[in-house]
Amino acid sequence: MAIGSTTAQGKPVAMTRPRGSFGQRMGPRILPAFTALAILYLMIPIIVMIVFSFNRPEGKFNYVWNEFSLSGWLHPFDWPGLGDAVRTSLLVAVLSTIVATIMGTMLGLALTRYQFRGRGALNGIIFLPMATPEIVLGASMLTLFVATALPPLSGSVPTLYPTGFATILIAHIMFNISYVVVTVKARLAGFDRRLEEAAMDLGANELTTFWKVTFPLILPGVMAAALLAFSLSIDDFVITNFVSGTTNTFPIWIYSIQRNALPVQINVIGSIIFLGAVGLVGLTSLRSGRAARIR
Amino acid sequence: MTAQPMARPGPGFRGWLGRALPYLLLAPGLLWLAVFYVLPAIQMFTYSISTGSVENGYTITMSADAYSEALNRFGKQFLNSILYGGVATILTLLIGFPVAYTIAFRGGRFKNVILFLVIAPFFTSFLIRTISWKILLGDEGPILAPLKHTFGLLPGTFSILGTPIAQVAGITYNFLPFMILPLYVALEKIDIRLIEAAEDLYANRRAAFRRVTLPLALPGVFAGSLLTFIPAMGDYINAELLGNPGTRMIGNVIQNRLLVQNDYPVGSALSFILMAGILVAVAVYARLLGTEQLTG
Repeated sequence: MAIGSTTAQGKPVAMTRPRGSFGQRMGPRILPAFTALAILYLMIPIIVMIVFSFNRPEGKFNYVWNEFSLSGWLHPFDWPGLGDAVRTSLLVAVLSTIVATIMGTMLGLALTRYQFRGRGALNGIIFLPMATPEIVLGASMLTLFVATALPPLSGSVPTLYPTGFATILIAHIMFNISYVVVTVKARLAGFDRRLEEAAMDLGANELTTFWKVTFPLILPGVMAAALLAFSLSIDDFVITNFVSGTTNTFPIWIYSIQRNALPVQINVIGSIIFLGAVGLVGLTSLRSGRAARIR
Repeated sequence: MTAQPMARPGPGFRGWLGRALPYLLLAPGLLWLAVFYVLPAIQMFTYSISTGSVENGYTITMSADAYSEALNRFGKQFLNSILYGGVATILTLLIGFPVAYTIAFRGGRFKNVILFLVIAPFFTSFLIRTISWKILLGDEGPILAPLKHTFGLLPGTFSILGTPIAQVAGITYNFLPFMILPLYVALEKIDIRLIEAAEDLYANRRAAFRRVTLPLALPGVFAGSLLTFIPAMGDYINAELLGNPGTRMIGNVIQNRLLVQNDYPVGSALSFILMAGILVAVAVYARLLGTEQLTG
């Protein structure tokens, strides 16, 4: 592919594109068409989920389209254990989001604001949980929880076994922290420190400066981190499966029931979560768009 | 040990607080990670070199039995993980690159809408999406049923579900956004004037792409491949829902050893081998692409 090859020679500037062969004429259309197909590929399972939430399956498995019905939507929790599982999922997601967002924001502040020995290493350590396969994270936490119940550790520390709600919460906080740190740090990277200096020049102390200047400015980053943490938590299956014991979250419940039945309610609640998340993101981007226009 | 807080610390309590502040900010999060990330890793390693049983407890015997059993008995599942994870990663790259390129350079005012559609699958549960594929690819599902009965193109016994094809399609689908997003970020950053300069210097479009766009997009290729390959290697949902017993991956074995068989030494050894293999693969890959400085 030498630069001076013959194909390039008759070409005066990049502005005028040679119009010749079929391939060249179709060139500009191939990429958009390909992208549209790829997007369709990404959308299909979601469309299937929503469409099949209106199905009245013939047997226990909602695999084949039978006839239109609203029964799933009218009785979304009409299956033993489903309501509890959804409640547990929401509770774990809310609690783990709050704790991980606070801890992660503190870490992010410390890592961008202060110089201390070992900061580089710390950045690496915080990155590690995100680079570890989920299955290894879950497996290793399970070994720790099990170890607290087996000799020689049993009795010496408060037991985390049998696993259940507490261990799910612990695990979710753990994997969320790193994502929060990364998101908050990205926001802090573009932070103008002179705003804080100005506040202090005007007589504000550190605490006032933090709550009146720093915090409002990093709040969008903190909110983004919290949203990410919430969505990671509510959808997590792999790690949760290792540490949940007999407690069901929504994904664990789906997994345990899908061998014996596939109730239409799974699609209904999946659709509700999907539409809720889309609505939330739509609302946030609308608001930030408006804020940008006002500015 | 020297911290530089916002204001110069004075004497007394406020001064102490100023000096201690960074450490106070770090403490809770780091403690959590130390107890629930580092300690479990140590515990897992301990189990992998121990012998014993759940009933009688485990003692560290420095035995490598668990590792040799892990490699001898489950070599096929390791190979499956590398094969299916690798094929899926290559497929996401082949599908993801043109998509990311289109969004970055041709997106125009639809850029945000397309990006939103790319991340939309994340708003649905991973399990539900995989189950949706099971519906789609089912023997009497929306794709195969018409092909079999209406058009008669396929024999009635034909099925995709339970084959490696369905499994790889599922893995590719589930991790495609993880490839597209970093590629988009890398491509979006490219200064369009660099490509124009190459064309001004008589590079044809292919040469400009190969010698300017592609090298500048490499960090995105690197990040996207890792974000796809690492979870794909450890995945066991696609294998379980879309594959068959012969296509099980190492994740299925780890899950089975730890949650069903209560075989902690072998389960731990398998996890450790997986983690070590991934670290080696990342290091080799970084060396090949020459992007260590960009990720570190």
